[in-house]
Amino acid sequence: MNVDRITEKLNILADAAKYDVSCASSGSKRQNKDKGLGNASNGICHTYTEDGRCVSLLKILFTNVCIYDCAYCVSRKTNDIKRAAFTVQEVVDLTISFYRRNYIEGLFLSSGIFKDADYTMERLVQVAKKLRLEHNFNGYIHLKSIPGASDELMREAGLYADRLSINLEMPTEAGLKLLAPEKNRQDMITPMNFLKDEIIQRTEEKKLFKKAPIFAPAGQSTQVIIGATPETDQQILQMSDQFYKGFKLKRVYYSGYVPVLSDSRLPALNTAVPMVRENRLYQADWLMRFYHFKVNEIVNHDNPLLDLDIDPKLSWAIRNLQEFPVDINKADLRMILRVPGIGVQSAQKIVAARAFRKLNWDQLKKLGIAVNRARYFITCNSPQYERRDLTGTAIKQYILAESQSKYIKNSTVQLNLF
Amino acid sequence: MTTLIYDGTFEGLLTAVFEIYEQRLTHVRMQKGEWHNTALFENVIKVVTENTRATRVLKGLKQKISAQGLQRFYAAHMAEMDGEDDNLIGYIRYVFDSPKNVEEDYGNKYVMRVSEIVRMVRREKHRMEAFIRFQELRDKTYYSAIEPDFNVLPLLIKHFRNRYADQKWIIYDIKRSYGLYYDLHETQYISLDFATINPGNVISAYDDNEAVYQELWRNYFTSVNIPARKNTKLHLRHVPKRYWKHLTEKI
Repeated sequence: MNVDRITEKLNILADAAKYDVSCASSGSKRQNKDKGLGNASNGICHTYTEDGRCVSLLKILFTNVCIYDCAYCVSRKTNDIKRAAFTVQEVVDLTISFYRRNYIEGLFLSSGIFKDADYTMERLVQVAKKLRLEHNFNGYIHLKSIPGASDELMREAGLYADRLSINLEMPTEAGLKLLAPEKNRQDMITPMNFLKDEIIQRTEEKKLFKKAPIFAPAGQSTQVIIGATPETDQQILQMSDQFYKGFKLKRVYYSGYVPVLSDSRLPALNTAVPMVRENRLYQADWLMRFYHFKVNEIVNHDNPLLDLDIDPKLSWAIRNLQEFPVDINKADLRMILRVPGIGVQSAQKIVAARAFRKLNWDQLKKLGIAVNRARYFITCNSPQYERRDLTGTAIKQYILAESQSKYIKNSTVQLNLF
Repeated sequence: MTTLIYDGTFEGLLTAVFEIYEQRLTHVRMQKGEWHNTALFENVIKVVTENTRATRVLKGLKQKISAQGLQRFYAAHMAEMDGEDDNLIGYIRYVFDSPKNVEEDYGNKYVMRVSEIVRMVRREKHRMEAFIRFQELRDKTYYSAIEPDFNVLPLLIKHFRNRYADQKWIIYDIKRSYGLYYDLHETQYISLDFATINPGNVISAYDDNEAVYQELWRNYFTSVNIPARKNTKLHLRHVPKRYWKHLTEKI
């Protein structure tokens, strides 16, 4: 092993892959087989970067050589950077060696497009195939589907990978046209559609024949860059909703644009990464997937942007005060889930626990609900509750006044500048 | 108030429960370990662990709570958290004294406390599954040292067996001086005598490639960071400092 050469390649190709935010290793059902190596049925973050993101997979590009020239991408053709490429064997060895030391859950392999889509996709599939067939590796494999790759290759990829993803890159087609004129959205949607149908069909087969091979058990995901183009949160979340429903995606990732290149079409290099907005989008995404919120309850014609000061659930509650207060000891689970400061687990515990006795503030606090936010919206087994007829604005002010959120500090710093 | 002294084992705890009901004790306090006869006026009972009695209590528990509920309770005891035995006894008594299954009665302080303990134990177990870093020895055994907050080693067996079925490994809890060893067939508990090991031998015990992969991993860890997004508070919340000394990427 040429240590220096591998080190250099790893540095270049990990650095180029880091803007892909997905690092999920959950959702697969792959078990250890024949006393081989690995198990992909857990979903573990093995460490966290200094920016607080989960490191679960060895996330690298096969190569950062690319024939495209997308404005938002560090690996674009005209960018003057060092280029490198792994061999299939190098990626396999790195994955196995890291996995055996419990550094990672598996591999996330993406790539710049070299030569053409099929040629690139074929290399990615080769890595996965070698890991599965030659090394009996049962860890997690996430492969990037290359737009324009043939159905045959996509089908093979699904046989070895746990998850496949195609990045839509921009929330709207117009955004894509602006920043990546050589790409077109249809090329991304076609393989997504193919995989959706294939996954549905294979799942049906699996129900009938237990021996049928598993096919992309952790499904498909996608990523959009936010803050590089002027889309509203409403446009972004409607797009997500449409993809969750239409393509049965497991996840849509939102990647706050990190200014890496100077280009007149993009935000300037010193622009801050829109981290708060990204966080609010994820919260909204969670509301749609786990809290039974409809997208137009979160963002709509009158409220196209998420409130950056407060989370989207609180924001919804303040706009819909007529729904409150909710009696914690009587309301159904669906409504309890809508109370600001109550998460899915607490809501389920509340419903289980109140079958034994009525709950009071102390007990609710012990169950893990954020009373400082919830208290404006609920009553419980206590004579104490918010009796004042507060306006939404007042509630927001009260909550912000006692909040320790880092976001508030950020916004006061900004105000002080003027 | 009666003090029950027991040996700290799960069977011992269950035997204590048997004593409590047999002798109709109302106010009890649990204590682990040896009997130091200091408090003359106190009522002290030394519980002698007895499997038949423990089994009867266990059988009773199984009728009162679900299999998962029992497993959670077992994990809560095994964690060996200081001063929690009284809560565990309180939990069992509440379970036995109630006509129906009360394991989700979180409004009760004992049920709530057990649920909190279980949450802490599970988090620690999960952290170990994430933070364990193996180092390859010359004989191809993968070795890892840990210092978990609670005693979670027994909870890790299944996870690591299912994952590293084709390599020999040792996970050693240096705080509690015992470890797990998997020899490709079975897992067993072991204890190592570090006092007699020469530090020079330890270093030469590692495989030649070990240092290379550790360095590659540190490089990778640095490469994936995005400085523009630096968030130390979040980083520390996920990776508390006390775990750093066993994390290859943080050494």
